[in-house]
Amino acid sequence: MFGRGLFGRIDWLTVILYALLVLIGWVNIYSTTLSDPNLSIFDFSTLYGKQLFFMGLAGASIVFVLFIETNFFERFASIFYIVSLVLLLGLFVFGKTIAGATSWYDLGFFNLQPSELAKVTTALALAKYLSDIQTDIKNRRHQLYALVIILLPALLILPQPDPGSSLIYFSLFFVLFREGFPLYYLGILLVMVLLFATTLMYGTVWVSIGLMMLTILIYGFKKKSTKIPILPFMAVMGVAVLFSFSVRFVFDNVFEQRHRDRFALWLSLEKDEKKLEEIRKTIGYNTYQSEKAIESGGFFGKGFLEGTRTKGDFVPEQHTDYIFSSVGEEWGFLGTATVILLFSFFFLRLIYIAERQKSDFSRMYGYGVISILLIHYFINIGMVIGLLPTIGVPLPFFSYGGSGLIFFTMLLFIFLKLDSNRLKDGI
Amino acid sequence: MKKLLLSSIIVLIGFTFIGRLSYLQLFRFSPDQILDDPAIKKIYDYPERGYIYDRNGELMVGNQAAYDVMVIPREVKPLDTLEFCQLLGIDKANFIQKMKKARTYSPRLPSVLVPQLSKEDYARLQEKMRHFEGFYIQKRSLRFYTTTGAANVLGYISEVNEWDLDRNPYYVAGELKGQTGVEKQYEDVLRGTRGVKYIQKDRFNRDIGPYKDGKLDTLPEQGKELRITLDKNLQEYGERLMHGKRGGIVAIEPKSGEILAMISGPTYDPSLLVGRPRSRNYSKLHYDSISKPLFDRSISFEKEPGSPFKTLNALVALQEGVIDEKTKFRCYNGFYVGNQKKGCHCGGGVRNMISGIQESCNAYFAGTFRKIYDKFPTTDEGMDVWEKHIKSFGLGNYLGTDMPTGRPGRIPGKAFYDRWYGDGRWASSTIISNSIGQGEVAATPLQLANMTAAIANRGYYYTPHILKSAGNSGAIDPKYTEPHYTTIDRKHFEPVIEGMYNVYKYGTAKWIRVPGINIAGKTGTVENFTRIDGQKVQLTDNSVFVAFAPVENPKIALAVYIENGYYGARYAGHIASLLIEKYLKGEITRKDLEQRMLEKTLEHEYAKPLSGEPFKINEYVW
Repeated sequence: MFGRGLFGRIDWLTVILYALLVLIGWVNIYSTTLSDPNLSIFDFSTLYGKQLFFMGLAGASIVFVLFIETNFFERFASIFYIVSLVLLLGLFVFGKTIAGATSWYDLGFFNLQPSELAKVTTALALAKYLSDIQTDIKNRRHQLYALVIILLPALLILPQPDPGSSLIYFSLFFVLFREGFPLYYLGILLVMVLLFATTLMYGTVWVSIGLMMLTILIYGFKKKSTKIPILPFMAVMGVAVLFSFSVRFVFDNVFEQRHRDRFALWLSLEKDEKKLEEIRKTIGYNTYQSEKAIESGGFFGKGFLEGTRTKGDFVPEQHTDYIFSSVGEEWGFLGTATVILLFSFFFLRLIYIAERQKSDFSRMYGYGVISILLIHYFINIGMVIGLLPTIGVPLPFFSYGGSGLIFFTMLLFIFLKLDSNRLKDGI
Repeated sequence: MKKLLLSSIIVLIGFTFIGRLSYLQLFRFSPDQILDDPAIKKIYDYPERGYIYDRNGELMVGNQAAYDVMVIPREVKPLDTLEFCQLLGIDKANFIQKMKKARTYSPRLPSVLVPQLSKEDYARLQEKMRHFEGFYIQKRSLRFYTTTGAANVLGYISEVNEWDLDRNPYYVAGELKGQTGVEKQYEDVLRGTRGVKYIQKDRFNRDIGPYKDGKLDTLPEQGKELRITLDKNLQEYGERLMHGKRGGIVAIEPKSGEILAMISGPTYDPSLLVGRPRSRNYSKLHYDSISKPLFDRSISFEKEPGSPFKTLNALVALQEGVIDEKTKFRCYNGFYVGNQKKGCHCGGGVRNMISGIQESCNAYFAGTFRKIYDKFPTTDEGMDVWEKHIKSFGLGNYLGTDMPTGRPGRIPGKAFYDRWYGDGRWASSTIISNSIGQGEVAATPLQLANMTAAIANRGYYYTPHILKSAGNSGAIDPKYTEPHYTTIDRKHFEPVIEGMYNVYKYGTAKWIRVPGINIAGKTGTVENFTRIDGQKVQLTDNSVFVAFAPVENPKIALAVYIENGYYGARYAGHIASLLIEKYLKGEITRKDLEQRMLEKTLEHEYAKPLSGEPFKINEYVW
């Protein structure tokens, strides 16, 4: 039904989902930042007006991306990557500090956040490296190089400080797993996280006892035929116990108090009611307020522009990181569930698209896009609804902010551009 | 596996999120959260409390403006503390302490710095106020009394306490509520209904406009004005007469049951419990455990009624047909119970009903009392009949007035004596003291006044009440407009009333005559006792007088009970006569007597049991 031109070949379903998310996001930004209903929505002195302008820029970037030669991205991926690393390094000298983090370049009308750009370029660079005909994912050395590509920007962003953004880069491991990186690495990671949490909650002694019970269970119920080599198994258990010991040490000596407080709140570690209340009022304040706002929305929500807590500015940073709480208050469970479904559908669609690519580069880049967007979505909403500790990352397409919107858009549309060409290029 | 990994993670995340959101928004959500939504502040608009007028439309209680000096600590700029303190009339240390307290409460919210300034202080402060940033003056409404009397009847208002807040969801902390008397009884009428404004707040608790454009807001509803049955002049006059005396006076209009005066002595000026000195004054009144000014003796003070009770025994005997008005008893300056002689002051001789009442002959009523019981085969039956008749006069139980306090008095029945003496171990002779209103019977002045009203009406009474009308409608609770009939036939009242008239004309109260007014009354001189260091000690007799007037067409019935006033006619009788004259004529012709009653006090009597030394009672001098 579409012609063979660009507009016929682009995946419109994804575009529509994207547009819906951006639109819903803007409606909520309007609600959270509205102070004077008499001002025009195009008034650029208001945040929602500015966001509208950013949406225009994002639109322009879509056009820009779509009309660029497809091979351009693959060919220049390494250069983009290096440029963004330089930009990240440059922040140490020329960076502008906003809210304690030196993460921006002041371009006058616009603050550029290179860590957002770097997400796009790192995804490109990783895809480029992995799709190289000479790269073998089973090769330890090549695995190491891939890790370096992922971790370099993360390391540069960490001291800004912006631990949230650097965490994002770890999501690119999913690209590696998709391309044959052994899955037991993921298993090890999960076990470490589990040991970390259980050690904090129950202490090393109980974790050790638990591991011992597990050992007994495994040996007690295994089939006679299956043989588990005793020494290596014991070694693994020993390492696990040692890890458990180290967790306590790291937690007490390496982490700062504010980090400890976040975990204390998240894992309900603090038993002293008074101290818990104190933590709730300081570190946990945002989460508490956002949970309350969402809760007060009920099933149907209070209605557009009727959210009392939104209007009262009770949830700090509500137009940026906590935008989802406004959905919860004003649109209720109907709204939040719709947004979750839209996002889920959107991601599944992207996976479907990624899997249909003939080009390895396109597929790998596609997985990079999905990983990055997914981790944002997971951490952000998890934090806003009180499942995860406070980690400051925006909700893609939703949160207020120019760099975020524009680079997420570019991230996505480069992929859509690659997809639109999947039948053409024979590489 | 590796292709499905990410998809499964996405689905898992989706389920987790929706699960958590269902918990928050479906399970934990409750629709009345709006009530404790920190973003919505309710601001109350209090209507003016209703005025209270007396039966003649004279204002008794109004309102006055008071001015609280408020402070918002955050907005306070450096100021000339010395000058400011001088203006407020507080010292600097006090000022600093109050500021600290306000800051602790909230730096952003207003606190009361100095409550309830008078109009004069306000006027002085007002023009200087703009020099002091962060301070402002807030008006509020306080009670204003145009009477110095009726404190216990009117009652007082004060801020609601924890107890009120727990029990009545209408109130919020800091609100004023009637705590005693009429203010308490008719709180709902007087209070009106407050208006509510919902204000949208931000997280710093600053106003950012009306919530839902004020659609939910309500306007205050004015409190209704109240007309009570008291006669302000009579009430105030009675209280002046009670100066230096303890006891209670209640005056009732017999044909309606309206309470004309309700006096308790000692009392206090209701203005004491208004404004800044309130708490200091309240403590003083509350902790005065000797004269107990907050205790309403007119309605809560139960004592033996004494001789006025004889009239009821006469009525019961007539009703039961055990005597007629000509029946005679001989008085031997007393009478015998077994071989024990009980005294009588009447002078002795042969008494019939009229002269028995006239001279208050104990022997006559002892005989009458026995006859009532002798009519029945068993004492128990006699007791039941006697108790039924007596209680039909509103004695021995709560009357059901519209006052929030009161006591039931006591009319003992057979169960009471069975408990006391054992079943079958008592008889009319055992309880003979009840014949003359001593012994185990007890009544409040209100009950005595009501009993007198029933006699004045020749056989019925209306439940005494204090409300005449509320708001514009004249209607009051119908239970106050239906008559309660006693069990005594109308015809039996005439001889008793004649006897009571003779009391006034020739008998024990002949000293109190009021020119031009025929009074029917009955004196009472009531023995009473107290305990000092565990010893039962007799005190000077209580002086009691019940009366109604005019005899032909009763307009006022009253009971006066003066503690330790000795003879019934001496204090109670004279005070009653002055009140009757004041009420019926509007002025007093017997100025000497009035002067004497206003000036005489019984403080010396009240000091006796407290002196710690032996004392004489019933001294003749006065």
